[in-house]
Amino acid sequence: MKKRYLIPIVYILFLMLPIYWLVAMSFKTTGEILAGFSLFPQTFTLENYKVIFTDPTWYWGYINSIFYVAINTVISVIVALPAAYAFSRYKFLGDKQLFFWLLTNRMAPAAVFALPFFQLYSAIGLFDTHLAVALAHCLFNIPLAVWILEGFMGGVPKELDETAFVDGYSFPRFFATIFLPTISSGVGVAAFFCFMFSWVELLLAKTLTAVAAKPIAATMTKTASSAGYELGLLAAAGALTIIPGAIVIYFVRNYIAKGFALGRV
Amino acid sequence: MKTENQKAWFFVLPVLLLVAFNALIPMMTVVNYSVQETFGDNLFFWQGLDWFQQILNSERFHNALGRQFLFTGLILIIEVPLGIAIALAMPRKGFWVPVCLVTMALPMLIPWNVVGAMWNIFTLPDIGLLGYFMNHTLGIDYNMTQDPFAAWVTIIVMDVWHWTSLVVLLSYAGLVSIPDAFYQAAEVDGASRWSVFRYIQLPKMKQVLTIAILLRFMDSFNIYTEPFTLTGGGPGNSTTLLSIDLVKIALGQFDLGPAAAMSLIYFAITLLVSWLFYTLMNRDVQK
Repeated sequence: MKKRYLIPIVYILFLMLPIYWLVAMSFKTTGEILAGFSLFPQTFTLENYKVIFTDPTWYWGYINSIFYVAINTVISVIVALPAAYAFSRYKFLGDKQLFFWLLTNRMAPAAVFALPFFQLYSAIGLFDTHLAVALAHCLFNIPLAVWILEGFMGGVPKELDETAFVDGYSFPRFFATIFLPTISSGVGVAAFFCFMFSWVELLLAKTLTAVAAKPIAATMTKTASSAGYELGLLAAAGALTIIPGAIVIYFVRNYIAKGFALGRV
Repeated sequence: MKTENQKAWFFVLPVLLLVAFNALIPMMTVVNYSVQETFGDNLFFWQGLDWFQQILNSERFHNALGRQFLFTGLILIIEVPLGIAIALAMPRKGFWVPVCLVTMALPMLIPWNVVGAMWNIFTLPDIGLLGYFMNHTLGIDYNMTQDPFAAWVTIIVMDVWHWTSLVVLLSYAGLVSIPDAFYQAAEVDGASRWSVFRYIQLPKMKQVLTIAILLRFMDSFNIYTEPFTLTGGGPGNSTTLLSIDLVKIALGQFDLGPAAAMSLIYFAITLLVSWLFYTLMNRDVQK
């Protein structure tokens, strides 16, 4: 084995340590955690996980989160597709300015928007719905999706479009049956990044929900303060939030690195 | 060549409407608050630019801004070279590539408050793995709820843990796009390891590195959830970064006017730095 591989190995170990600790904590009883330090769970328990899977306020948190993340990913990718096509194929009035303006929306601190978002979505009657969170997350996910998809589409030669039109394909049919399959990996990467940023964001999701659409992260925050700091339960809930991301990342592992490389600034 | 076609606007329209709905209306609300004073009950009084002057002259804002630049500067100085070094050392093909990519990307997919909570559990002085190790094995007095320096080190290490992988993945994407022929040519010329890096690898990584630094700058400058969950801005105000201070003013004290003015100044600074960096990098590319 080459010596330089030590660098990624040490780095991955460093990444895994806090995650190991979270998982180890989740298998300990509260008594054991408070009693003192132990590297491995001494009294291995599944009690913490049992609480989460049997208490609706807990497991509904996960369902709510997955629900709005899915809606957001679908909306973001669907509206970003034609826009990215326009940016990669046509010149039109204000195209460069529009592209830069879209990107600036990633620069506004979410903290800035929290209160106005609450008022806006209350005013249109969407407060505490999954749709509200999904729409709000479009603010930073749509620009990202357009950016990534534009990069992938730019790699497809224009001749493909022209040949199809000469062959008598209508635009929608060409787009759905020829173009979309060609850039399918781009769609996968864009969907992955939308999933990722919607899944990890909490400030807006928490601001826009109360009961019916409350995300898992908010349930955790409330439990941390109200139930007198049950570390084991908190650790179990945290450990479970890693799983959806891990599954998604496994499926797109060969495209993650490519996703940004093909995009342009 | 791209063809000129104004109908392309119809393709962009849904994106424009959705993003504008989410960006312009809240932004206008913020602008509204920033020039008015309110005592509740939806009563507003015209205030002009007073809030802007007040914020720009307040020591509290200067301190938070200073801490913010310190934080962002430190994490960029650590994460960018570290990320490049790890990407260079990674295997280029084989079984271990997907293993590396998946494990490295994992921290980025954990909800931000869970990241904060995880590091909290990890660093607890007597029962956390790191806290116990520092205090009892190394004998270093480490308690980030009391010592500002320890709190700073912890939020920096947490961010390095959380986001270095982004730099790694992007640099790696740039590296694998270099054809083998380039390296063979370099070998024939007897190029040193450093010149290979300087004249072959670095130029190829330049575009992705620009994206990486830009994203890291924007995201770290706006960071809120992770440090807030971990330290709550303390001890004292030592880790109160801009976003944390902003939320304290807006939701804690309910001073909407000053908070709104601060938001706009904050946004303007982010935009300005990003634009400067973007133009600087692009000018170099065109040379």
